[in-house]
Amino acid sequence: MRTIARNEIGRLLDGLLAGYAVYAPVRRKGILVFDRIRSGDEAILDYANTRTSPKHVLMPQMETLLSSCGEDPGVSEHTDCGKPAVLFGARPCDARAFLFLDKVLRDGQSRDVYYANRRDSLLVISIGCTQPRETCFCTTTGGGPLSAEGSDILLEDLGSVYLAHVASSRGAEFAAAHGLLDTCEGEPPGSGTVNGGLQPAIEPPVDLGLLKAALDRSFDDPLWLTLAEKCLGCGICSYLCPACHCFDIVDEEAAGVRVRNRVWDSCQFSCFTAQASGFNPRPTGRERYRQRIMHKFNYCIDNHGMAGCVGCGRCVSECPVNLDMRQVLAAFGGRRGGN
Amino acid sequence: MRNPYAPVRMRVERNAVETEDASIRTLSLSFVERREVFAFVPGQFAELSLLGVGEAPFGIASSPADPDLLDFTISRAGQVTTELHYLEPGDTVGLRGPLGNGYPLEELHGRNVLVIGGGFGFSTLRAFTSFALHPANRGDFLDLEVVYGARNPGLLLYKDELKNWGRRDDMSLSVTVDNADQDWSGRIGTVPAAVKTLQVDPESTTALVCGPPAMIRYTLPVLAELGLRPDRIHLSLEMKMKCGIGKCGRCNIGGSYVCTDGPVFSLARLDRLPREY
Ligand SMILES: Cc1cc2nc3c(=O)[nH]c(=O)nc-3n(C[C@H](O)[C@H](O)[C@H](O)COP(=O)(O)OP(=O)(O)OC[C@H]3O[C@@H](n4cnc5c(N)ncnc54)[C@H](O)[C@@H]3O)c2cc1C
Ligand code: SF4
Ligand code: FES
Repeated sequence: MRTIARNEIGRLLDGLLAGYAVYAPVRRKGILVFDRIRSGDEAILDYANTRTSPKHVLMPQMETLLSSCGEDPGVSEHTDCGKPAVLFGARPCDARAFLFLDKVLRDGQSRDVYYANRRDSLLVISIGCTQPRETCFCTTTGGGPLSAEGSDILLEDLGSVYLAHVASSRGAEFAAAHGLLDTCEGEPPGSGTVNGGLQPAIEPPVDLGLLKAALDRSFDDPLWLTLAEKCLGCGICSYLCPACHCFDIVDEEAAGVRVRNRVWDSCQFSCFTAQASGFNPRPTGRERYRQRIMHKFNYCIDNHGMAGCVGCGRCVSECPVNLDMRQVLAAFGGRRGGN
Repeated sequence: MRNPYAPVRMRVERNAVETEDASIRTLSLSFVERREVFAFVPGQFAELSLLGVGEAPFGIASSPADPDLLDFTISRAGQVTTELHYLEPGDTVGLRGPLGNGYPLEELHGRNVLVIGGGFGFSTLRAFTSFALHPANRGDFLDLEVVYGARNPGLLLYKDELKNWGRRDDMSLSVTVDNADQDWSGRIGTVPAAVKTLQVDPESTTALVCGPPAMIRYTLPVLAELGLRPDRIHLSLEMKMKCGIGKCGRCNIGGSYVCTDGPVFSLARLDRLPREY
């Protein structure tokens, strides 16, 4: 049986750097984020989770879709994503968000080639959690601290060693090629092979099915107004969310170079839905906050069979007015059998 | 693999002023390099693209019976629409599409069709009407009745075609204006008022409606009075759009996306969606 010692990780990552763009948790300007590393020992292994999500690895905050230059009628499409990449150290919630993004961007009626190309050349090695943060609610949304959904390989953290669980066929190929044998031979993570006791318990505060049924009846609930009165509409929740994927497309022209960029956007902004005529179907915070919750916990379940939230808790911990998603869900889902 | 964000190149063949105030123009576009047949149904739309300026969605205003020349009727509203107005014959413009679902042609087969439009929303209804009048298609539909209105005569679109349609005996046409001028000899009044005067057999009639929100709001009760069931009223909606392919997340009404599930919805379906449009 082979486990990976914690102090072997640096060398493992060094070995990958020749063939892959490697993203790992690092500190940049004092903030823990996922970024490209140049050497394996840059990766931080001691962390609850990063401040920003690793979504930008698949969907950069801004990317150029098309460009053209001068009188040349040719248009460059910028769909080549370069070197294959490895995302090392994603938390299970963030890896599971990729599964959701896949459904929207890659596997829908039309394939978003920019996302799909990056996704298809990305290998996700996630690390299960032993110490959930106070704001974590992954179990509410169908995941868990040892969920392997969306990962190719899940490392189960046993303290001084990691146990590798292969979670996809690409993960299996990769593991074979890099000596990361699946030590658990099909045993689910945390099932007690070595130390099942490390699976932490996070009490799900809300039942997703009941919540959805409650939201189906709650479009005109006065609670939306109460919530919106607190919300600043700053959109930080969307920007930090690993599952938020709404974007704007913005053109620019300078010195004869014309570009069309895709940039992250947020349903919390009034211009998101304002029409050219001036009419706005979501004119106030009430409609916009409702859209955020309804989209994630109602429409996404209908359309993709999965909530558009993975419970990473970033929106909870970073909201400037402490609008706590868990309390919002409990307020709607909690009134079971009620109105 | 096709890049759904990459437009094909179109050549501007014509750019004609439609309205007296020149706020609305119709562009006729041909394909520069034809890769595949551009198959569409009336009611679908496309994104017109000027790289470096932007993209915007517009209903396809011409009939699929003439797939080589696509018409778009464009009201000047902002950046992209203004630049489109300035295009000249020979210029190129990008096109992504066809997008959306279009009018439910199969459901209309063998039925009377009541076409109700106002403003630039009439563009896709013009596409439908020309399509239905084509000799190869006319037999698929029973009576074809068109009601079209504008605020004043100067704002009426497709004047030559209206003249021609008014002379035909295989359709009927009512054109109405809210405010007339001295030269206007036609009907005066709103679209809903004109619809109210019609004799329709609700059992065999399906209505297609596209126009400004106020027109729609006042027309729907009239259609209900005429006895049309909600599943036989089809509305084409407008929403702020960017991607047009169900990804950018801004055009939804509840769980339905206007860009992919619409823009045409039956009233019965809309009644099941939240009122957020
Ligand atoms: C499915 C669908 C079909 C459509 N079909 C048609 C069609 O057939 N014909 C048609 O004409 N339109 C159609 N539209 C609407 C059309 O897409 C919009 O008018 C267009 O996107 C406007 O783009 P723009 O870049 O010109 O405006 P933008 O530059 O985006 O400007 C719009 C925004 O700027 C503001 N703005 C613009 N101009 C001014 C100004 N002068 N002063 C102050 N504020 C201003 C507006 O309030 C608005 O918020 C359709 C839309 C949809 C969704
Ligand atoms: S939400 Fe769950 S998976 Fe994400 S960091 Fe917290 S415990 Fe780990
Ligand atoms: S326009 Fe982007 S989702 Fe409909």
